[in-house]
Amino acid sequence: MVERDGRDLAWGRAHPGGQEVLRPAWLEEAAALAADPDPLPRLGHGAGRSYGDEALSDGGRLIETTALDRFVAFDPATGRLTCEAGVLLHDILRQVRRWRGAEGGWWFPPVLPGTRFVTLGGAIANDVHGKNHHRRGTFGEHVVSLTLARSDGSLATCSAEQNPELFRATIGGLGLTGLILEATLQLMPAPGLWLECEEIPMADLAGFFALAEESEADWEYTAAWVDCRASGRALGRGVFGRARPLPGGEAPAPPELPRLAVPLAPPVSPLNRLTLGAFNALYGRRPGLGRGRLRRLPYHRQLFPLDAVGGWNRLYGRAGFYQYQCVVPPPTARATIAALLGAVAAAGEGSFLAVLKTFGARAPAGLLSFPMPGATLALDFPNRGAKTLALLDRLDALVLEAGGRVYFAKDGRQGAEAFRRSYPLWQEFRRWIDPRFASALSRRLELTP
Amino acid sequence: MSESLKVSIYGATSAIAQAVARRYAARGARFFLAGRSPEHLERVAGDLAVRGAAAVATHAGDLAEAAGDAALQAAEAAAHGVPDVLLVAFGTLGEQQRDEQDPARAAATLETNLVAPVRLLLPAAAAMERRGSGRLVVISSVAGERGRRSNHLYGAAKGGLSIFLAGLRDRLAPAGVAVVDVRPGFVDTPMTRDFRKGPLWASPERVADDIVAAADAGRAVVYTPWFWRWIMLVIRNLPAAVMRRLNL
Repeated sequence: MVERDGRDLAWGRAHPGGQEVLRPAWLEEAAALAADPDPLPRLGHGAGRSYGDEALSDGGRLIETTALDRFVAFDPATGRLTCEAGVLLHDILRQVRRWRGAEGGWWFPPVLPGTRFVTLGGAIANDVHGKNHHRRGTFGEHVVSLTLARSDGSLATCSAEQNPELFRATIGGLGLTGLILEATLQLMPAPGLWLECEEIPMADLAGFFALAEESEADWEYTAAWVDCRASGRALGRGVFGRARPLPGGEAPAPPELPRLAVPLAPPVSPLNRLTLGAFNALYGRRPGLGRGRLRRLPYHRQLFPLDAVGGWNRLYGRAGFYQYQCVVPPPTARATIAALLGAVAAAGEGSFLAVLKTFGARAPAGLLSFPMPGATLALDFPNRGAKTLALLDRLDALVLEAGGRVYFAKDGRQGAEAFRRSYPLWQEFRRWIDPRFASALSRRLELTP
Repeated sequence: MSESLKVSIYGATSAIAQAVARRYAARGARFFLAGRSPEHLERVAGDLAVRGAAAVATHAGDLAEAAGDAALQAAEAAAHGVPDVLLVAFGTLGEQQRDEQDPARAAATLETNLVAPVRLLLPAAAAMERRGSGRLVVISSVAGERGRRSNHLYGAAKGGLSIFLAGLRDRLAPAGVAVVDVRPGFVDTPMTRDFRKGPLWASPERVADDIVAAADAGRAVVYTPWFWRWIMLVIRNLPAAVMRRLNL
């Protein structure tokens, strides 16, 4: 038994508090921990890439799944892959080059979030999305089945046919329905492993929405970086990135976690107003931007730019940071995004990374899936205590007013009332929570005692 | 196409063994895996198959028991004959304080960590010697370099194993067979799950990288991670009075 601090277990490093962490080596040990007769609240915990308190449980017990990292089966005829829950998407990507599909392409994970160092179980529990939501939807849409260990000692196989309600509750279920032991994924055929990438400057928000619409049909991956310092008529200025697979090429496998890593959180964060300005100015003016200026990149360079710096989250210093990601639906999406960026600029709290993209119209895979049709904005804020929290509350008000919601893989502070207002299926979800499972987030949202 | 590397692993379900096996699977190796739990062997075999192994055979049995040797050797012969690489990765840490009070348990710690590896290595060494090629890769420990109050039963077994390997290396060198003595420091595995981890601790993946590199190069002794060479240099040379007071 090892006691660990929440700041080392969540990516935002802003949630102190001790919890017991156990790391089972085999599925039956993990299932036994899920069913431990001790009434201590328990929760699965993957690679620690959730930002807020979703994968934490101060005073409780975490069952870390990273040693449950074995592949179980892969069928090259169908592209179906079964893995233990602690397999990283990175581990899957390292195999992709050998997995040739029937028509000369490769079998490839259809949905990849912004980092490949997340576990399969975490990707399901958060129903993560990628830059291709408009084409492939969320991760959960490609999960064929999963095995869930419950605290009553049972193992439930869940799929669209078997235990379909528990299946829908577990996808995007924040780890609260039990411990995911294993899952089967449907991979998609990709014609090649290089991407054709284009980065187009956009003058304002109208530019973003026009490019997003124009790119929907022909570009697999889209996302825009927004310069948070811009205001007034330049609000929303930034760079729109889009990419699509090139047929035929075998790209190098993505590298292991880089040796170049940030070893310690510095006492004073190097990310301040000055460096933020310099970064954003350089990013917006770097060479190679422009319509028609196509670059050929291995997919991992385009999809996971931050994975090149190990432990980048430590750059925010000892107090950590908050990531705020929200989605707002179409009728007012443009006005609300403008209001959100305006509020950030007015607070003088520029975000180092502001990412904007549109979600497509898809039926959600889970009861608490985050994506809805509209625009999603992600912002990082160094934790400056009450000042930061007050800003995030102001952003919440705008998002709720617009009928949007925040993403719990990122959020670490929204209250129960806002949650109930923005996730309409929360009561249905609550029926499927395992009575012995709980997290810091589930207590905050009053989903569990 | 060149023939697949034949890799045998005794103690194949340990964390370090699994990490090593994955590296050979990526090269398309054929495996013979021996270990105690048939269920765990099947999990490991399935994993290696997806990771690129050309073939995986398994054999379940208690490697510490001499009575099982013949069956193990027959299964290995049926799987792929004399391997190119044999990794011996089984062992138990024992519990020093408990074992001090229970000589039978103390003997079992020596049996599992010293006697059984020697028993299994002798026929494998002879077969590789006859063939004139092969690599014996054996996981010993830095604990075998100096008797310490906290683990000198385990240390005695690993120290004896390293001495055996040194002699075996010289015996087999003329035949072109390498003997690699792997001495890991603290590794974060199920065997050490109750220890508090610090900066000296390494992951099984890092240790496996070092083991595979050492096996490829046919190195004699490999400390993993590398800094243990220097830590052990200091520990070996501490005066006895200092060692006693350090209470290591």
